[in-house]
Amino acid sequence: MANKKYDLVIADGRIIDPALGFGKDAYIFIKDGLIQKVVTPTAAVKKEVKNLDRSQVIDATGKLVVPGLIDIHVHLREPGREDAETIESGCQAAAAGGFTSVCCMPNTTPRIDNQETVKFVQDRAKDCDARVYVVGAVTKNLEGKELSEIGDLVKIGAVAISDDGKYPQNPEIMRRGLEYAKMFGIPVMQHAEDQYLCAGGVMNESFQSTRLGLKGAPAVAEEIAVLRDIALCRFTGARLHIQHVSTRQAVAAIRKAKAEGVNVTAEATPHHLVLTDEEIGKEFNTNLRVNPPIRTTDDRDAVIEGLVDGTIDCIASDHAPHSEEDKDCEFDLAPAGMIGLETTLALVKTYLIDKGYLSWADAIRKMTANPARILSLPGGSLAEGSPADITIIDQDKKWTVKADKFRSKSKNSPFIGWKMKGQVYKTLLGGRVVFEQ
Amino acid sequence: MPAKTEVILTEKKINRALTRIAHEILEQNPDAKSRVVIGIITRGAYLARRIAAIIEELEGVEIPVGLMDIGLYRDDVHSKLDQPVVERTEILFDVVNRNVILIDDVLFTGRTVRAALDQIVDFGRPRTIQLAVLIDRGHRELPIKADYVGVNIPTAKEDQVILHVTERDEIDQVLIQKGKGAKPGAGRGKKGGNG
Amino acid sequence: MSRLHSRHLLGLENVPEADISLILKTTNSFREVIDRTIKKVPTLRGITVLNLFYEPSTRTRISFELAEKRLSADTVNFTTSTSSVKKGESLRDTVQNIEAMKIDMVVVRHSSPGAPYYLTRCMDANIINAGDGAHEHPTQALLDMYTIWKKYGRLDGLRIVLVGDVKHSRVIRSNIWGLKTMGASVALCGPSTLLPYEVEKFGCDVYTDIDEALDGADVVNVMRIQLERQQSGLFPSQREYTNLFGINKQRLKLLNKNFTIMHPGPMNRGVEITSEVADSGNSVILEQVTNGQAVRMAVLYLLSGRKEEEG
Repeated sequence: MANKKYDLVIADGRIIDPALGFGKDAYIFIKDGLIQKVVTPTAAVKKEVKNLDRSQVIDATGKLVVPGLIDIHVHLREPGREDAETIESGCQAAAAGGFTSVCCMPNTTPRIDNQETVKFVQDRAKDCDARVYVVGAVTKNLEGKELSEIGDLVKIGAVAISDDGKYPQNPEIMRRGLEYAKMFGIPVMQHAEDQYLCAGGVMNESFQSTRLGLKGAPAVAEEIAVLRDIALCRFTGARLHIQHVSTRQAVAAIRKAKAEGVNVTAEATPHHLVLTDEEIGKEFNTNLRVNPPIRTTDDRDAVIEGLVDGTIDCIASDHAPHSEEDKDCEFDLAPAGMIGLETTLALVKTYLIDKGYLSWADAIRKMTANPARILSLPGGSLAEGSPADITIIDQDKKWTVKADKFRSKSKNSPFIGWKMKGQVYKTLLGGRVVFEQ
Repeated sequence: MPAKTEVILTEKKINRALTRIAHEILEQNPDAKSRVVIGIITRGAYLARRIAAIIEELEGVEIPVGLMDIGLYRDDVHSKLDQPVVERTEILFDVVNRNVILIDDVLFTGRTVRAALDQIVDFGRPRTIQLAVLIDRGHRELPIKADYVGVNIPTAKEDQVILHVTERDEIDQVLIQKGKGAKPGAGRGKKGGNG
Repeated sequence: MSRLHSRHLLGLENVPEADISLILKTTNSFREVIDRTIKKVPTLRGITVLNLFYEPSTRTRISFELAEKRLSADTVNFTTSTSSVKKGESLRDTVQNIEAMKIDMVVVRHSSPGAPYYLTRCMDANIINAGDGAHEHPTQALLDMYTIWKKYGRLDGLRIVLVGDVKHSRVIRSNIWGLKTMGASVALCGPSTLLPYEVEKFGCDVYTDIDEALDGADVVNVMRIQLERQQSGLFPSQREYTNLFGINKQRLKLLNKNFTIMHPGPMNRGVEITSEVADSGNSVILEQVTNGQAVRMAVLYLLSGRKEEEG
C-alpha cells in the first residue's frame, strides 16, 4: 500500500449535504471508516490525490455525493419469512438503493415485541451491508390489547415502537402507548387506518373500485385514524410519527396539527407519491396491492404538496417483500405490500425532482437528515468525524427496472419495466464499498 | 400485379341457364307437393329465389324456398384467422320425405355442398337431395356431382369465379379473375371460397 | 369475414360497438339453431371446453354447458368452492394442470374480480368470463341486450333501468358498459347503501326513488337482492326493501307503452318483483334464459380457435 494516511478518497463529486450546504464540488477523505475531512479541490489537494494508489480513489466526477440514505420504514421479514427476505438480503437491497440505514418493523414471526427478538435481529444485522435499527411493537403480538415491554425494547436498542400493518383500534391502548413511549423519548410510528372502515378493502375506495368490483378501503379510514391519533398526541404530549400518509385529508390534518404545535411527524412512500389507483384496472397486478392503498390522482397530488411544504418530513419506502408464490394469485387474495428499497431514489429523481416538485437538496434532506432527526439516529450528514456512510449518485443515468436485477429476495415491484432516470453509483457503509454499479 | 378480370356470363346467358335448370327440375320432380328448394347463403340464396320464381311462373304453383348458411358445418372453422359471419338459416318447412333441390352459384371443391348435405340431414330425412349450380368450374376435392348445371367453365385452380346479382351488386354477370393475383375469396359472396 | 378484437371475453368495458354488434348478429343466427329439431351443429367438433366454476352456479353453468354441447364441443366441468382451493393448490397450478390435458377454451366463474385476467396470464386457452366477483358478467349482459334488441330492433335511444344491489352486481356493471356502448340510456336505482362510491362516474342517471327511475323507461331489469346484504347492515329489512324498491303492478304505470320486464334470475318472488309482474305479458324472463344459450353459442363460436399471435 502506498499512502496509509487515507483509506479512501472520493474525488471531484458534487456534495449535497443538508448540514454542510449544497452543490459544492469537494473531495472526501476517509480513514478508519470515518470521514476525516471534506475539502474543496485546490491544486494542492488534487496533487495529493494524484499520488495516491488508484484503488484508493473513487472518481466521482459528475456524480452527486450525499450522506448515506436512511429509510425508517422497511420490512426485513426475518425471523419468519426468510423465503421472502432475510436481514442480509434486505440490507443488500438497501445498499443497492443507496440506503445505509434502515429501520425494520416488528411484524415478523415471532413479532419483535421482546428483547430476544430484538437481539436476534441485531445479531443477524452485524456485518450486513446496511445499519439496521429495530422498531419494537407497541402491543404484545401486535394485537392492540396489552402494551409490550417497551422499556426492555428501548434498553436493548429499539429506536421507536409501531404496530405497523395494524392499527390499535382501541383509543385507550393508543393513549397508553403514547404516554409510555414518551417516558423513553421515542416516537410511536403509526399505521393509521381504521380497521372497521377498511375491513376487507383491497384497494382505494373510488370510482376505480366501483368499476372493478373490488372492495374498497376508503380514504376516510385514514383520515379518522390520523385525527384520533393527533388528538391523543396533543393530549399526551408524546411524539407521534404517521407512517405512509396517502390521502388529501390526512395531509391537511397533519398540516394543521403541526401549525398548532402538536409533536407530530410524517412520512410518504414513493408509491403513494407516484402511482394512482387507475393503474390497478389495467391488469389486476397484485404488486399494486398495498396498505394503505394507492389512492386517487387528487390524493397523490396532495401528498406531493405535503412533502413539498414540509408537512411530510421524510420519504420512506415501506419495503414489503412477498414471495412470488404469495403474490402470484387473484388480486384480492394477494398479501399487501411492495418492495421499494431499490427503486425509491430513482422514483424520487424521475417523478419529484425532474418534475420540479423537489430540489436535490430537499429530496436528500427528506431521505437523510429528516428521518435521522425523527428517530434520533446517527448519520444523515457528511460532517467530519462521522461514519463514512456515503451514497454516490449518477443523476442522469437512464435505466429500466428489471426483476432479475433486484438484490431483494422478492420481486414484488409494480415498477418492473418502468424507465427511470438517476441511479446509485456506489454505496459506502463505514468507508466500505457495499454496492457498486 | 393486378389480376386480369373478364366477364364470362352476361345477364342474358345467366337467365337462359336458370330457365333451363328450372325446366329440368320440373321434369325430374313432377310432384309439386314434395319439391322444395334450398339456397346456400349468400349467392345461392338469390339463385334459389329466382329459380323458384321461374318454376312458379311455369307451373302456377308455389315452391317453398329455404335459405341455408353452411358456416356452422364447415370443415375449416378453426384453421382460419377470422370466423365467417354466421347468417340465419331459414328453413320454415319440413324436409322429411321431400325432394330437396339444393342450389348454389359455383361448384368448385365440393366442400360447401358436403357441409350443406350434412346440415340438411340434421333437419330431417328428405326423400332425395339434388344439386343445382349455375357454374361448374371443376377441381373437385370430394366425390360430388351436380344434377343440374347451368354452364361448365374450365378454370385454373387459382382463378376466382365471381357471380354478381342485381339484388346486391346492381348487375347480373359472372366474372373470372385469372391467375395468382386473385385473392382467395376476394369479391366472392361466399365466405372464404369454400367452393 | 369478421372477428372480435380480443381472443378472450373478459368483460364488456372497452369492447367496441362493432364487436357487440357482431356478437348480437351471430346470436340471432344461433337462436334459430336452438329451435331446430336437432339442436346441434358440428361447428366446435374437436374443441374441448372447461367450465371452471369456483362459485356455485346452476343456471349459468348449465347454459354454457348446453351451448357447448350444441356446438359439438367436448366439455369438462371443474366445480369447487374457493375455500377448499385456498387450502389446496393455487389457481395457477389448477389451471396449468388442466391445460396440460389440452383444453382449448375455459369458461370461468370466480369470486375474485379480475380472476379471468389472471387466467389469461396462466394459460393459452381462450378465456370467457362467466362472472368474476362484483366485476363483470359479460354473457349475461349480452343476453339481456340481445333480448331487448330482438324485441325493439334497436338498443340506441331506449331507456333502460337497472334496479337493485348496484354495489355488488356484476350483471349491472356489464350491462352498463354494453348498453352505453350501444347508445342506450341507462338508469341505476337502489338503496344508497348499495350504490357504490362515485357511482355517477359510470355516466348513468342514478336514483334512489324507484318511481322517478321508472318514469318514462322502456325496460326494467330487476336484480336479485341477496339476503346476506341485509345481514351485513346494508339495508334494514327485506320488507322495507320491497316497499321502497320492489317492482309491482302499480309501479309499471310509470313506464312507456310496450315496456319490458327482465330479471337475470333466480328471482325472489314477492321481494324485488311480484309474481304478477314476473309472469305478465311484458315479462321476457324466460326468453332471456333461451337467449342465454344462443349468446353463449355465439361467443364460443367467435372466440374458438383464436390463437395468441393474433392478439
